[in-house]
Amino acid sequence: MDDFIWRALAAGIGVALVAGPMGSFVVWRRLAYFGDTLSHSALLGVALGFVLGINLNLAVVAVCLTIALLLVALERQRLLESNTLLGILSHSALSLGLVVLAFIESVRIDLMGYLFGDILAVTNQDLAWIYGGGALTLIALAMIWRPLLAVTVHEELAQVEGVNVAATRLAFVLLMALVISVAIKIVGILLITAMLILPAAAARRLARNPEGMAALAALAGMIAVAGGLAASLTWDLPAGPAVVLAASLLFAISAALPRRGGARG
Amino acid sequence: MKKGDLCVRLSDVSLSFGRRRALSDVSLSLHRGEIVTVIGPNGAGKTTLLRIVLGLEKADSGTVFVKPGLRIGYLPQRLRIDDTLPLTVRRFLALQPRVASGVAAALAQTGASHTIDLPVQRLSGGEMQRVLLARALLREPDLLVLDEPVQGVDVAGQAEIFALIRRIRDERQTAVLLVSHDLHLVMAATDEVVCLNHHVCCSGHPATVARDPAYRALFGDDAAAFALYAHKHDHAHDHGADPHG
Repeated sequence: MDDFIWRALAAGIGVALVAGPMGSFVVWRRLAYFGDTLSHSALLGVALGFVLGINLNLAVVAVCLTIALLLVALERQRLLESNTLLGILSHSALSLGLVVLAFIESVRIDLMGYLFGDILAVTNQDLAWIYGGGALTLIALAMIWRPLLAVTVHEELAQVEGVNVAATRLAFVLLMALVISVAIKIVGILLITAMLILPAAAARRLARNPEGMAALAALAGMIAVAGGLAASLTWDLPAGPAVVLAASLLFAISAALPRRGGARG
Repeated sequence: MKKGDLCVRLSDVSLSFGRRRALSDVSLSLHRGEIVTVIGPNGAGKTTLLRIVLGLEKADSGTVFVKPGLRIGYLPQRLRIDDTLPLTVRRFLALQPRVASGVAAALAQTGASHTIDLPVQRLSGGEMQRVLLARALLREPDLLVLDEPVQGVDVAGQAEIFALIRRIRDERQTAVLLVSHDLHLVMAATDEVVCLNHHVCCSGHPATVARDPAYRALFGDDAAAFALYAHKHDHAHDHGADPHG
């Protein structure tokens, strides 16, 4: 097989390894729409990266964090409900990104690649970012695992018990931004949330504890990447959507599994 | 009863959210081994008062004294854990910082041993309160703060949970601050009642409060029945005061 296929597989597996545990938290904390907002704003990051001539990944992380902080500030005003604010930020950022990209005439930009991913065009440099950023994310996530879980269960209970809730939440948002910058190349900004929540949702039925669910989600993600890539090569499908569809299939299979007996819980 | 060390003292505490006044010149003190119940109608600022004691909310004015190093066990009003999170009671109890052992013993103390391997989402209202109490006990608290501890618990279970809270107080000399909008049971299970409707309407021994005009004004006809209820407990041999008589 050609090199580009192995690079694609390695990149996809790297993303799945991080997306599993992070996606589990997105599901537990009901942050799917928040994930969408951050990933949509990533296109603005790409556009600004081009305009300012800085590293695109860093620009993505920076813009995602800015949007997240903006959301916190808007929520404090209590003018609009959170979901409405997310919708406003999400689509404003996406549109702004598209407009800025349209203004850049000097660079030919593969817009479809950023929207839906371009896994078959992964370079060695991309791989380095995926595994470097991915490893960093996983190590940091392991370090904040228990406080983050406590905050997920009940923020104020955690705070009374001495967890630094604000710092934990900020760390989580930072990790979300990192994951998005890592996953853009693989599935594109429009499908990143799918890569986060589908494997986690598929893992739920089989998991007995949070760590088990995170690990199973990573595994489901890797299977989806391998299956989606294979389907993409066999039937000439767009790779990013094929990977997401493979994950959807895994979720459908797990949802169809018979319920476990009540006593075993 | 002789009062223990001072744990918490609020003096003339006020707090507004925007133009809405939540608390107005509220004072309250809490000693070791004492059970203080805050009652009042919905939206009277009860939970806000607890949040100030817990340090989750800052008062606009007034002073808040919490004894340095005070360990607080907190039972929030509602704990909805998403169904997607696979979490057993055992893990739930071990989630807090600095707790590794004693989970089973804490559950045994609150009568919830059978739940240890159940997913938290499957607990009934009463079981959840017992599990939350166990989680609080693991911290060996000096102060227990309970927000509507018997909400969603059946009547028999309510009495058991209040009995449990009193037993914990007796055994550990824990200070207890609890909130309720439900008058039943509270009157008999507390040392001091604070009647709150943004400001303190009246406070004191349950029997005294029950006879207070401000209390009756706040709770209307219900209050009269409770005056009798409290009275009955005060004078166990006075059959004339039996509300059912």
